[in-house]
Amino acid sequence: MSWNAMQSVLSTATLDTLFMVWWSTVWAVIGGLPVGILLVLTGPGRQLQNSAVNKVLGAVVNVGRSIPFLILVIALIPFTRYLIGTASGPSAAVVPLAIGAIPFFARLVETAVREVDGGLVEAAQSMGGGTWTIIFKVLLPQALPSLVAGLTNTVVTLISYSAMAGAVGANGLGSVAITYGQQRNDMRFVGVTVVLIVIIVTVIQLAGDLVVRRLAARGGRANAPVRLLKLPKARVTADEAA
Amino acid sequence: MTDIPVITTTGLTKVYRSGDREVTALDGVDLHVREGEVYGVIGQSGAGKSTLIRCVNLLERPTSGTVTVAGQDLTELAGRGQRANPALRAARSHIGMVFQHFNLLSSRTVQDNIELPLEILKVGRRDRARKALELLDLVGLADKAKAYPAQLSGGQKQRVGIARALAGDPKVLLSDEATSALDPETTRSILQLLRDLNRQLGLTVLLITHEMDVVKTICDSAALMKGGRIVEQGTVTELLATPGSELATELFPVTGEATAEDRTVVDVTFHGEAATEPVISTLSRTYNVDVSILGAAMDTVGGKQIGRMRIELPGRFEDNVVPIGFLREQGLQVDVVGRGAPQTPDAAVLTKEVAK
Repeated sequence: MSWNAMQSVLSTATLDTLFMVWWSTVWAVIGGLPVGILLVLTGPGRQLQNSAVNKVLGAVVNVGRSIPFLILVIALIPFTRYLIGTASGPSAAVVPLAIGAIPFFARLVETAVREVDGGLVEAAQSMGGGTWTIIFKVLLPQALPSLVAGLTNTVVTLISYSAMAGAVGANGLGSVAITYGQQRNDMRFVGVTVVLIVIIVTVIQLAGDLVVRRLAARGGRANAPVRLLKLPKARVTADEAA
Repeated sequence: MTDIPVITTTGLTKVYRSGDREVTALDGVDLHVREGEVYGVIGQSGAGKSTLIRCVNLLERPTSGTVTVAGQDLTELAGRGQRANPALRAARSHIGMVFQHFNLLSSRTVQDNIELPLEILKVGRRDRARKALELLDLVGLADKAKAYPAQLSGGQKQRVGIARALAGDPKVLLSDEATSALDPETTRSILQLLRDLNRQLGLTVLLITHEMDVVKTICDSAALMKGGRIVEQGTVTELLATPGSELATELFPVTGEATAEDRTVVDVTFHGEAATEPVISTLSRTYNVDVSILGAAMDTVGGKQIGRMRIELPGRFEDNVVPIGFLREQGLQVDVVGRGAPQTPDAAVLTKEVAK
């Protein structure tokens, strides 16, 4: 296969991958954010304390997270067909990707929101703030650096999931590696798709880290979350060191 | 200060249940805070003072009893549910609260922190900014509006906390150990600020603390809490006039022993109602006695002296009936220390002598 033909296959596949990752991320946020917040607020001693809701949500999230993604894709084929009309192609892949990512992101949201100092919630209550005020003016802004770090993690996981979805007819880079690399034994495709995926992941991770550091800088170093990828440190010049 | 009660609790009780264990944090607390005063509740950790102040704005729901703030029965307003209903939230927005650990949002600038209560009150953007800057000026941080809390010192953070608490124009300010995380010098400046706000704005301050110095520095009235109960309460003057008052002894500690056998040791308590004349030197001149001051803990409040002084008069008690009578005539409370008993200042047995 000529380089030109390869290029057109790869660019289509990259766009398909980005399409799948983008839309499943949007759904992960729409679904995961409220679920994560509810997991915290329905817990014991919190504003919306409700142990039934808390336990059911917790169980659903746990089950969702423990199903291997490949099995989830297959299990959801009837549901996907019902929603989209087909079970193959990037649009169809968004369904299992979103459903897999929602519990994943919800747990990260839960952890991030739970870490917000209870004293701040109390302060907002003492000012007459209600539950919505506490969510939108205290919990989410204070947890924002951790939420962005969690979102970065989710996107990176979704890229890997999207490649897996490629194995069952979702198109995208994973599908290219299988169709051209495995089935036609053209290892160039495997190499290029790996490089492309590494580039996408790196760009997303760097962007995420940058945002997290910007946000955390306001709150002082104490709040800065652990970085997932180390950026090169600025060199200390002789003048500064002295 | 007026006699209008602004915070009243009656029979306030809080029982925590965990499993089958019960802990009574508050045990029938009756608190009376009058308009315009600085009222200090002091006690050791575990005495229930923190639960008490959190019950005043119902951050903590009392098990029984009532809380009335500025004429509103909050316990009735709040109803039964655990969640704060709109009526309770509206009442809370006019009760300021400052915290030991400041509780400022690190994601917001100083100005935006102060605007938060105004956002809750749905005040427009311009008015919020104007009010926030006014308050920053009031607490002496006009230049820090755009700073983030992480860039401030502890004392500055508490000033922001105070400004934030004042945003809703409260009549009442609750202070939950506001100075406990601060060094002594910063503590003094924050107390001074609270005092100034109390005077300038007529703000009623209810504070809890474990430091006697805080009570001594700014409180008009004080209560001592032990095991979930208030064991003493009253104005500083009233407490001083109460024989054997633990708070008065702590607030105005006097020590000192008789220097010889044939001497009389007398504790003189100045309530602030006595004439402003220099009684001790008058006593010395009129009766020609040599008065030695063994110890004194005095404060001058509003031009009047408040506190205690332990003085020694030559001669036995029988020889000093007349000078002691003179002191009583001046409106002072006089207690003859340990008549006949060995002198141990700490366990000073205050023998109230029969007045003529």
